[in-house]
Amino acid sequence: MPKDGGIGASTLRREDIRFLTGKGRYTADINLRGQAFACFLRSEVAHGRIRSIDTSAAEEMPGVLAVMTGEDFTEVGGNPTGWLVQSRDGATMKEPKRPVLAHGKVRHVGDAYALVVAETYEQAKDACEAIEADIEELPAIVDMAAAVADTTNRVHDECDDNVVFDWGWIEENRAAVDAAFETAPHVTTLELVNNRLSPNAMEPRASIGDFDSGTGDYKLYTTSQNPHLTRLLISAFVMGIPENKLTVIAPDVGGGFGSKIYHYGEEAAVLAASKRLDRPVKWVCDRSEAFLSDAHGRDHVTKIQLATDMEGNFLAVRTETLANMGAYLSNFATCTPTFLHGTLMAGPYKTPHVYVNVKAVMTNTVPVDAYRGAGRPEATYSLERVIDKAADELGIDPWEIRRKNFIDPDQFPYTTPVGLVYDTGNYHATMDKLRELSDVAGFEARATESAAKGKLRGFGLSTWIEACGIAPSNLVGVLGCRVGLYDAATIRVNATGNISVLVGAHSHGQGHETVFAQLIAEKLGVDAKSVEIVHGDTSKIPFGMGTYGSRSLAVCGSAMMKAADKIIDKGKKIAAHMLEAAEGDIEFNDGSFSVAGTDRQKSFAEIAFSAYVPHNYPLETLEPGLEETAFYDPANFTYPAGAYGCEVEVDPETGGVDIVRFTCADDFGNVINPMIVAGQVHGGVAQGIGQALLEGVVYNEDGQLLTGSYMDYAMPRADDVPNFTVDHSCVTPCTHNPLGAKGCGEAGAIGTPPAVVNAVIDALHRAGHRHITHIDMPLTPSRVWTAMHG
Amino acid sequence: MQLADQRTIAADPATVWAAILDPEVLRVCIPGCESLTGSPAEGYEAIVTQKVGPVKARFTGHVTLSDMVEEQGLTISGEGKGGAAGFARGSAKLAMSPAEGGTLLSYEVDVHVGGKLAQLGSRIIDGFSRKMADQFFERFQSAVEGPSEGEDEPEAVAVGAEGEAPAKKGWFKRMIKR
Repeated sequence: MPKDGGIGASTLRREDIRFLTGKGRYTADINLRGQAFACFLRSEVAHGRIRSIDTSAAEEMPGVLAVMTGEDFTEVGGNPTGWLVQSRDGATMKEPKRPVLAHGKVRHVGDAYALVVAETYEQAKDACEAIEADIEELPAIVDMAAAVADTTNRVHDECDDNVVFDWGWIEENRAAVDAAFETAPHVTTLELVNNRLSPNAMEPRASIGDFDSGTGDYKLYTTSQNPHLTRLLISAFVMGIPENKLTVIAPDVGGGFGSKIYHYGEEAAVLAASKRLDRPVKWVCDRSEAFLSDAHGRDHVTKIQLATDMEGNFLAVRTETLANMGAYLSNFATCTPTFLHGTLMAGPYKTPHVYVNVKAVMTNTVPVDAYRGAGRPEATYSLERVIDKAADELGIDPWEIRRKNFIDPDQFPYTTPVGLVYDTGNYHATMDKLRELSDVAGFEARATESAAKGKLRGFGLSTWIEACGIAPSNLVGVLGCRVGLYDAATIRVNATGNISVLVGAHSHGQGHETVFAQLIAEKLGVDAKSVEIVHGDTSKIPFGMGTYGSRSLAVCGSAMMKAADKIIDKGKKIAAHMLEAAEGDIEFNDGSFSVAGTDRQKSFAEIAFSAYVPHNYPLETLEPGLEETAFYDPANFTYPAGAYGCEVEVDPETGGVDIVRFTCADDFGNVINPMIVAGQVHGGVAQGIGQALLEGVVYNEDGQLLTGSYMDYAMPRADDVPNFTVDHSCVTPCTHNPLGAKGCGEAGAIGTPPAVVNAVIDALHRAGHRHITHIDMPLTPSRVWTAMHG
Repeated sequence: MQLADQRTIAADPATVWAAILDPEVLRVCIPGCESLTGSPAEGYEAIVTQKVGPVKARFTGHVTLSDMVEEQGLTISGEGKGGAAGFARGSAKLAMSPAEGGTLLSYEVDVHVGGKLAQLGSRIIDGFSRKMADQFFERFQSAVEGPSEGEDEPEAVAVGAEGEAPAKKGWFKRMIKR
């Protein structure tokens, strides 16, 4: 049994005490002496040329301190893309400029082109209305196919065909893949849309810029998943503020789901305004603005083809995707549909030939970037949908077609045809576990019960794999990433034996303060209560890359383990001196240093005290203090995987879909806190159900956002989701990190959408609607009903 | 958003044409119109207050008349800015022809909204546009025709901006007959 509080214990989340009692301290809760308030003026048209902006009336408004426009930022840099992707022909992608405030043109509804700073937020907002902008409206480019077809109308003049890159993965394999299709006995083709999503973190974005004219130091409080990355982008690309003069603090952050990875122009703008006014400048995004300015997710239009023999053995997979970038390239927009999507198109299957083509398209819409799962949900959805369609065409059971194509447990490490090396896994085990937990045997009886109520019951299966624990820096460097993707941790053992752990990962819902304390408690044999986790402040923590891509435990956790090893090594040296023994004879177990084979020992606290009060200490060979930092750069991605089963009841009268059972069997490698893992899966599944049944961003042909509030954008609510059955007892530990951990944060959002859609299609097939092969998400009652009756 | 409809107005084309070109008629007929100044040739400056779902706004904008063919048709276009509420832009293409009992007035209306209006009000913008068009043409009809016997003031005439005085039906016809 795991000991209470250590690895494997479902320790309650310590951070919840402050969150649930209103003591969390979010950016909007921070009020600095003398702060002024910013409001951004955002474009109401999707595409327009800025002829002139007259700010004179706004400047005269009560309380107004400054009005800034794109003109004020022509001397600074732009927000860069973090990943340069090469086109199939070897050309480097186009990188259209992304200024702090729109300059010359506005490119989407919500594109900020002016900023007012005033004594109060209301005054700033009023003054925004007094800004007279003459904007010549241009035709909006909304539809991706139209953007590609009509190259005379361009989102960016420097992107002459609205296509940022045309990516082939792996281009050298294309001919072989095409040849496999030529000779394949059966080809299944599916065209589908992976719907655009709005992230809707509970806490909207907020930023406070605080310039200190006494020291020349800047401080930025902001809603970020990765404060060091934000600081790097602002320093190296946007503002040119030296990193040593800029501190970025991301305090409590209420959810991110990817949308708070990126640096946004508002952050640079409040810093610049603070410097101009020599006062702190605070901006808090309202919900309407968030719909118009937080990076959206997904938005792929894909044609996928699966070549098989008549027994259902996969011979080849081929995809063509248009990936919507929106109006500007958000920091990781280019890697999401490529290296986080194309590289996963083998799934957990031993398909010998796979080729992925992705065109990244600019449109006059909010920028699109990574959103929970990021590329991997898109890959999984395409693959798991086309497999179900192929199984149906070939008359093969969906479980069977997957089972016969799984990479077998004895094939690891397994090199896929799309460039990844899966270190370990057992896909049969998770699917068997799912079959057991989802009570397949009882399905027909349940279907009969549903039929008695006039409902159509169906079962949907999906399997999923992702590459997470992002990422080996040397590998991503070759692929065009402009940063390294290691993480870092400092373990500071204090003189009285308690411990501060300063980590590069950032917690915004993941429960790091609890889980990381469990890790250190277990590793150093101390009480978890004596371990404090510090994150989110670049002036305190080492240079880590933050939290996204299910990486925190696998990457930052591994850095913590490395740092803890250094602490133990140094502790042994100190203990050897104090115990007058050879260093090689010192053992560390359960929080105490002992001489092997004797009862002579020193507690962890005694060693710590000696390190800081080094009266009896090997000062000639060893520095005082007990503080160690480690950086960990993963040797490979981690590959969690699993199988999901969804049971639905479709109301044939309305087309309404009710999810009545949902079962997950996941392999996350070693699990530190099962309760938190289950919570992560619950949240991910709820988001997956949201995508499958409810959510979808809609623009009209003018580029106006029609789903701009919760009246029109349907988030999943408690009554939209069932009680989940969640299992993570199938464990194949990661082979290359010290924890054997793989990551669990995105799983639910990846595995769920195809399971839901497969279930609905199954229900309709069972009811005789055999002609329905696909319905695009979200599967609203109207879409399902229309498919049945249309 | 586009809609098309037609109605017969009990007046000859010359009367209908004159009414359309009368700024005072336009002012009274545009729902929520607070003021309208200018001329058919130069266009009009208009202030209109309207509430679309949760968004209430005072639009200031310009109305132009174009494609004018006497007693046959014209296009009325308007664009208004509502500050933080966004913008609205629309046109009504009117065609008139003599018909039994008066003049057949056909219209095609095209409405675009942007900003907060689109973000919050798009769900109801179709119904809203139809209501606005209906009100406009009902008011126009009653301004030209005058009251039918025994009919109360129709509700449509009273709908509009707060404080807007309901106009007497048929006042335009009475005026030009004087």
